[in-house]
Amino acid sequence: MMLNIRDLRVSFQNESGSPTEVVHGISLSLDKGETLGIVGESGSGKSVLSLATIGLLPKTAKPTGEILFNGDDLLKMPEKRLSQLRGSKIGMIFQEPMTALNPAMRVGNQIAEGLRLHRSISRAEAQAEALRLLDMVQIPDAKRRIESYPHEMSGGQRQRVGIAIALALKPDLLIADEPTTALDVTVQAEILDILDDLVSELGIALILISHDLGVIARIADRTLVMYRGNEMEQGETERVLRQPGHDYTRKLLSALPRRARAGLDFTPPAPGEAP
Amino acid sequence: MKKIPLALIIGGSITAVLVTAAILSRFWTPVDPTAINIPNRLKGPGVGGILGADHFGRDELSMIMAGAWTSLGIAFSAIAIGGTAGTVLGVAAAARRGRFEALVMRFNDVLFAFPPVLSAILLAAILGGGPLTTIVAIALFMIPVFARVTRSAALQIWARDYILAARMAGKGGTRITVEHVIPNIAAQIIVQIAIQTGLGILTEAGLSFLGLGVAPPTPSWGRMLADAQTYLSTAPHMVLAPGLAICIAVLGLNLLGDGLRDLTDPRRRQAT
Repeated sequence: MMLNIRDLRVSFQNESGSPTEVVHGISLSLDKGETLGIVGESGSGKSVLSLATIGLLPKTAKPTGEILFNGDDLLKMPEKRLSQLRGSKIGMIFQEPMTALNPAMRVGNQIAEGLRLHRSISRAEAQAEALRLLDMVQIPDAKRRIESYPHEMSGGQRQRVGIAIALALKPDLLIADEPTTALDVTVQAEILDILDDLVSELGIALILISHDLGVIARIADRTLVMYRGNEMEQGETERVLRQPGHDYTRKLLSALPRRARAGLDFTPPAPGEAP
Repeated sequence: MKKIPLALIIGGSITAVLVTAAILSRFWTPVDPTAINIPNRLKGPGVGGILGADHFGRDELSMIMAGAWTSLGIAFSAIAIGGTAGTVLGVAAAARRGRFEALVMRFNDVLFAFPPVLSAILLAAILGGGPLTTIVAIALFMIPVFARVTRSAALQIWARDYILAARMAGKGGTRITVEHVIPNIAAQIIVQIAIQTGLGILTEAGLSFLGLGVAPPTPSWGRMLADAQTYLSTAPHMVLAPGLAICIAVLGLNLLGDGLRDLTDPRRRQAT
């Protein structure tokens, strides 16, 4: 297993009083070429889980448990090694393409920057690599676009640039935190297709965090359902969505619009039934 | 194409005239601004030169031009020192947070509590009078202004995802500040520079009015005003010339600052 999280708990220190635990013992594992979907409503601990995985939790947070990445425990790793690992082995795609890019920097430089930081290559080589990456995420007219500033691009294009940045160093693990939430439906489908292709072609492991079951159904091999920091259920996406084993999953599914639900062959519980 | 705000055009023109006059005065003024010409004593505009003459018969226009150099020179030097120190403190506070931030900001509160005139008198007692004292006094009161503005602007930038991405890539706080934070708060800093230069001119005039500025005979707007007090009823033009010069300079720099802010902050433009 490439990523193995065992009994991860995260608690936040309060100004006074006892710490508040927001993630209560999550375990999961993921191998190359696999996609794990994490679903849950706002505040269910999805984002805290992903931040813990890359070691970027705020200072007030205290994680316990084990996060084994290629056999090394990330929680015990010194900051210096961790920052070498982040970016080069683990990439992250953010929710808001508007705030994920530096508005004062050309997109080409933003992609090239990570490359130059982790590998000793020349400026020209980094730019050439940036161009290749922009082509890979299907930015039309990449040669001209590489000189653009983020505000000159559409939301979908910006998100593709975000993916290009995350992929620049050929990471083993890619964490996408709601990568399509801020995009409209057609662009959403394109971005998901790009991600799906990358997972199978480059053999990276993908953790996709979303509150949208449609997105999860489309791309994830396995799904983890979270609620208030607890695991509700985990398993093959197909199984979780068609024969949910937990009442909360059923409740999530019944929250889908009827038409989307029809595609999943799922009958909602009768009204009044306990979730 | 963005519409250029009217304030920016007016403020920019006034500032340009001011700076040109100040630079020009180093090479040429209608009359030597320090030349005493007793027959012209207290003569009004027209008779004793374009803007008249003062109680020593010195040409007011030449003194205003030379005074612009003094005022702008001191204001800009103060901005360069105070603005840099304040910005460094502000972005460092935003980058480090925690106890360091609290310490820096409380230190700024203390600085801010001193009226600039008071700290100038204090400094004059320690360092002796003169332009250096004035510059340091004005710079001291600029520090907290810049520190506060840059800290709050930088905090907003630190909350963005691209900062998280930069941290993920393994960059340290200093590097993130230089490469990502400062370019994104540059607009706010430039606006502050324009507005604070206006305030700096006003403070410089106030200090030299009290006799804490540059030593005579170097012309200074504030001292021209102080000299003019005595002759207020007999030669009112002596008050008008430096008074208007200060008003117009401060107005021009404030308009420039407002205009720059409107140009760089579209939200505010919609609100007004």
